Amino acid sequence: MKLKFWGVRGSIPSPGEKTMRYGGNTTCLEVRSDDNDLIILDGGTGIFPLAQSLLKELPVKAHIFNSHSHWDHIQGLPFFIPIFIPGNTIKLYSAFDPISGEGPERIISVQLQYSFFPVREAEMKSQIDYVALMPNVQIEVGSAKITPILLNHPVINLGYRIDCNNKSIFFTGDHEPHYNIYEDGDSGYAEVQGLIEEQRRSIVKAMRGVDILVADSSYTLEEYPSKKGWGHGTFDSSIQLAVDAGVKILYCTHHEPTRSDDELEKVFAAALARHAGKVGDLDIRLAREGAEIIF
Amino acid sequence: MIETSAELTKKLSNAVEKMPAFPKSVQRILELTRDINCQPKELVMVIEKDPVMTMKLLRLLNSAYYSFPKEITSVNQSVVYLGLNTVKNMALSFAAMGSLPQQNAAGFDVQQYLLHSLTTASIARILCQKFSKDDTDPADCYLAGLLHDFGKVVFAQFMPAEFREALALSKEQCIPLYLAEQQMIGTDHTVVGGMLVERWQFPKRLTNNISNHHNVTDADSTVLNCLFAANQISKQLSLGYAGDSIVEDFPPALLEFFGGSLQDVIVRLGDISQLSSEAQVFAQVGKGS
Repeated sequence: MKLKFWGVRGSIPSPGEKTMRYGGNTTCLEVRSDDNDLIILDGGTGIFPLAQSLLKELPVKAHIFNSHSHWDHIQGLPFFIPIFIPGNTIKLYSAFDPISGEGPERIISVQLQYSFFPVREAEMKSQIDYVALMPNVQIEVGSAKITPILLNHPVINLGYRIDCNNKSIFFTGDHEPHYNIYEDGDSGYAEVQGLIEEQRRSIVKAMRGVDILVADSSYTLEEYPSKKGWGHGTFDSSIQLAVDAGVKILYCTHHEPTRSDDELEKVFAAALARHAGKVGDLDIRLAREGAEIIF
Repeated sequence: MIETSAELTKKLSNAVEKMPAFPKSVQRILELTRDINCQPKELVMVIEKDPVMTMKLLRLLNSAYYSFPKEITSVNQSVVYLGLNTVKNMALSFAAMGSLPQQNAAGFDVQQYLLHSLTTASIARILCQKFSKDDTDPADCYLAGLLHDFGKVVFAQFMPAEFREALALSKEQCIPLYLAEQQMIGTDHTVVGGMLVERWQFPKRLTNNISNHHNVTDADSTVLNCLFAANQISKQLSLGYAGDSIVEDFPPALLEFFGGSLQDVIVRLGDISQLSSEAQVFAQVGKGS
């Protein structure tokens, strides 16, 4: 399998000299199965450079798995050039949104309103299919098996586990570890705490033993209290998840948009130091735009 | 057993989708969601007091779509599984439909109905805590109490003429409302309530309790026993009114389960004035909507 990062920034594209090394594009990952099936995880702005790289292998058959519908995970989709080219097949997979009652088609239709984008959906000449996924129900893409897992974010967010010939990746999309809305002593505390622990166990189980975990690690421990409920994890929560799930390599991603490369390396080093000697064989890395790993 | 036609099932099921929630919860949800820092537990408290909001939320969560590892029977569970913001936005979308009018063509007072549902729910929960001999979750008893008469509010909204006649017949002939409904509508609120939650894939144990809350036999569950008793206590003490003031006696199985009669249980229940006044505040009894 192959994994390549095309966008690792959270929230908003952050180009500039301070983010040159890790990159400013928002979330997009390219995964290739052993048979070269093209699986794209999220369509943040990183999908635009990915799209250009695909023009040399037309016709394209792309399976785009959207974790959730926030802008930084969908904004590049209208610029995914293969979508305009006849003969290409694009399948967009996402959760069903309980508020609107719609599935992945809405991710495209909302963006392609004429006032906001000059091309209408009808003008996209590729074959576009929409697939609403059910949590925990595995689907197959060529030789890869993909399992959506419901995680915790302000909107429905699916993490994806991809298995192919005994190799595996888990991508969280955006995820904040569940927390209790009650204070210790409130009547609902114990019930919710029990559910939270059960959810965490099921999430760890879903990630169990993957070769690579790509996890939302937006904040530092110091930043987190003022961002609680925003739906993002910390370096420390990701490291803990990776340790608990027996992951081989953890990529910390969704870099905070105001964080410069130097600061990113600094807070990352501090997180590593906090966990020194407690992570076993876990290899912890910062996700970097352009980085590629074949495993 | 009385059954509803597939056509009626579909009609009522679709109708509930457009059914607005109760005035107080709509007002509270709008207030709470204006504050970005509102306490999540306050939101939960509002939703779990409103049968319409609870019904709609649990309906979605128990749909085949989410395929959760277990059945969802509480608003707290929905917050953990679906995320607080999604629950908040769903509540807001329910609130945006307006609120149930207090006056309807059936002449059915929805605030008194809410008061009866809330007190039945809370009493059922206490009964479970005091009398259960197994590991039944008191939250299941609360939920069964909150939703047990849901069929009535559906009738009031969507079959008001027939329901009006049933209410009148029950009063004139001093017969339980469900029997009057069977005569006037051809089905009753236990069947319709049970049918709706079954269609929406609520847990079987809840479906059965709603369907059988006027039909308690020997081999019933703790939830049904507590629900039946709480329903009678709420009626006996006039804690709200859902169109039916006939208090049904405990069948032998319940006398055994509770170790006494309805009156004995009321005594053992202790002081429920706080429960009653909280429910009154929420149901806005006495105020216009």
